Amino acid sequence: MANLTINGKTFTLDVEPDTPLLWAIRENAGLTGTKYGCGIAQCGACTVHMDGVATRSCGVSVAEAEGKKITTIEGLASGGTLHKVQQAWIAKDVPQCGYCQSGMIMAVAALLSEKPRPTDADIDEAITNICRCGTFQQVREAIHTIASA
Amino acid sequence: MNKHVSPKMNRRAFVIGTAAVGTGLAIGLDLPFGGPAVVRAADGSPEVNAWVVIRPDDTVVIRIARSEMGQGSLTGLAQLVAEELECDWTKVTTEYPTPGQSVARKRVWGDFSTGGSRGIRTSQDYVRKGGATARVMLIQAAADEWKVPASECTVAKGVITHTASGKTTTYGKVAEAAAKLTPPAEVKLKDPKDWTIAGKGLLRLDTADKTTGTMVYGIDIKLPGMLNAAIKDCPVFGGKVKSFDEAKITGMKGVRKVVKVGDSAVAVVADTWWQAKTALEALPIVWDEGDNAKVSSETIAKWLAEGLDDAQPAYVGNKNGDVKAAIAGAAKKIEAVYNYPYQNHATMEPMNATALYTADKCEVWCGTQNGEAAFAAVLEASGLPAEKCDVHKVMLGGGFGRRGMTDYVRQAVAIARQMPGTPIKLLWSREEDMTHGRYHPITQCKMTGALDADNNLVALHYRLSGQSILFSVRPDALQNGMDPAAFQGVAQSGEAALGYSVPNLLVEHSMRNPHVPPGFWRGVNVNHNAIYMECFMDELAHAAGQDPLEFRRKLMGKNPKHLAVLNAVAEKIGWTTPAPQGVYRGIAQVMGYGSYVAGAAEISVTDGSKVKVLRIVASTDPGYVVNPAQVERQIAGSFVYGLSALFYGGCTVKDGRIEQTNFDTFNSMRINEMPKVESVMVPSGGFWGGVGEPTIGVAAPAVLNAYFAATGKRIRSVPLRDQNISFA
Repeated sequence: MANLTINGKTFTLDVEPDTPLLWAIRENAGLTGTKYGCGIAQCGACTVHMDGVATRSCGVSVAEAEGKKITTIEGLASGGTLHKVQQAWIAKDVPQCGYCQSGMIMAVAALLSEKPRPTDADIDEAITNICRCGTFQQVREAIHTIASA
Repeated sequence: MNKHVSPKMNRRAFVIGTAAVGTGLAIGLDLPFGGPAVVRAADGSPEVNAWVVIRPDDTVVIRIARSEMGQGSLTGLAQLVAEELECDWTKVTTEYPTPGQSVARKRVWGDFSTGGSRGIRTSQDYVRKGGATARVMLIQAAADEWKVPASECTVAKGVITHTASGKTTTYGKVAEAAAKLTPPAEVKLKDPKDWTIAGKGLLRLDTADKTTGTMVYGIDIKLPGMLNAAIKDCPVFGGKVKSFDEAKITGMKGVRKVVKVGDSAVAVVADTWWQAKTALEALPIVWDEGDNAKVSSETIAKWLAEGLDDAQPAYVGNKNGDVKAAIAGAAKKIEAVYNYPYQNHATMEPMNATALYTADKCEVWCGTQNGEAAFAAVLEASGLPAEKCDVHKVMLGGGFGRRGMTDYVRQAVAIARQMPGTPIKLLWSREEDMTHGRYHPITQCKMTGALDADNNLVALHYRLSGQSILFSVRPDALQNGMDPAAFQGVAQSGEAALGYSVPNLLVEHSMRNPHVPPGFWRGVNVNHNAIYMECFMDELAHAAGQDPLEFRRKLMGKNPKHLAVLNAVAEKIGWTTPAPQGVYRGIAQVMGYGSYVAGAAEISVTDGSKVKVLRIVASTDPGYVVNPAQVERQIAGSFVYGLSALFYGGCTVKDGRIEQTNFDTFNSMRINEMPKVESVMVPSGGFWGGVGEPTIGVAAPAVLNAYFAATGKRIRSVPLRDQNISFA
């Protein structure tokens, strides 16, 4: 059993403590917006916020996540209003297949909360998610659009 | 050479699959555009025809048979239908018919296959007619109601007007009556220059759900009572399961069943996938790896190298003049050998499918690039007839050709059959996905060029040795043993024709099929053929002491469309003006999938090994551009895919199995490595080419040629990872 705080809600989940947070989120909490891509913290598709920090949830155990404030893509909007990153993603038509974009959006949201006006170098350093469709150009443009708003 | 045949399972499965299509499903392409009996959508709204459903609130539902995997054709096809329909674009939504529904209606939606950059170009004609036919019927219904001639009525954005009387109505109000009309026999399609919806860079229709985590991919399917399966196939292709010790994992938390899947795989079914995967890793499995376990990258390379020898038999794909005599008599002879490795598609979403099997029904939910092929696979794997099967398509987390195959669908059904009544979601681990791909084929190429005393190219001998995709995947498409697709990009004519005229030319293929299963990998045979031809063109230009662009231009007089895109990139990148200090340029062109593409790159190189790609310019002539914003994204994405393969890709074989198991050993480009791609669209009209794939062909040679310009060193082997060359 583990108690996880996800998107402001407490979940009591029947999982082993060494279960990766990703799978507890997807299978036990039933929030499938967070995606599995590699399982070894390489691709970033599973990125969530843990106490506000962008974290690859496949590489964190449930035991490590207990007591932390976890935000997934489903919890990024506040009330009925989409987060500015989500809005920009829609306005700039960023996603192609979209599978990596939950993680991409979470990584970008964390970057912008730390650096509201990131430089290209900041983006290069912070956004290390894999996108096989190759949306990087739109990702960069959307970030700059948000920053200059 | 027994160890070098493709896995039997592949071909058998294909033959059965096509037999199912041939006898049961392919009743012929029948595209009735409506009829007297009203067909209703699930919500009761009338179908004006198979492509168009209009709800009473004027919402227009456009049916899309092709699959969306990020390439944007769902939106593009909807634009084409909406253009002819003259509806209000803001009221357009889309839905997928299922292959089972299509078969039950004599394949009313035509081909579901979404590969070969065909999504739009091979269905544009009939989907536009679907839209135009519906428009005519809707106007007729309004005219009938008003008792005026239809010719006196006009329509704009779904509002029909009778100009003389000033009466108006909407599509939603007349759809019911329109659905009862007999469709017109002929409809006239708009001239693309009059397009107002198509041809525009409209936003995609499917973006919002991708930003909130609500888009459902195959991996996200949830059904009541569903269990989860993890699978391990024999690591050596063609091997079998000898035994497994189920007792070792019995009692592990959540584990429900251990099943053998076919001859070669074992799956664990559990409450959650994580439990299934954990138990599978603890399950002792003994494999019968067979002779293929002796194969390695070295043995394959040696076998392919033998095929470069003229004494070995080869299929001729393109020929004119007498290449051997011309080379023998030439002033200068240039020779080079290149090679290109296996590549995994590495879709971000690993392969998966969910199957529910009962005694009289089998349904599958999955991402697939070919709904009908998946449907045929369900029939075969379930043993049930077409009317008892169906496939529910969902968004693909990447396709790139991998999801045109049906191996994962068959596996899911095979597991579900052993647990009737329980929905089973089969998900591959990334490691399973990396090691059980359908890989970009492996090839080598020896090229010999001859220059005369004035440095004109008088002969070119292009000898490929290596794997055929069709041999393994579609043997029925071979022509007397020859794989015509092997010559994509270097063919004499057709949709992937060579852009150069050489007086003495010989293009041939010594087919050698290692046991590693090949597949259609985005760009397919254009990828390596473009690298070989375009890098060698650079070598020839260098040997001739000529500018690479000028050298090419002299050979392209008879191929103005190839030349036009090459000129477009040359102009945009400023080829005739010197590059900034420390910046070097490369250029390449190719034709593939009916489109003409060219690319140019500017790079800098530090210490001979650290490459920074500074600028990319790409041009394409696909005939018509349905959505320029999406075409631009396909061009940019093609560079990411092509350069990822160039720098980081490459799958090697050891002991008969693929060595790369995850993104740590099969990396992919990140945002810091990718410059903006400046695209130049030069649609010349009169033909319909594809856009999802052709540009990949020019990505690698543009950069490799720039690398030579920077360092004076030719790279003839991919990936650069193995040449100790990396991104700066």
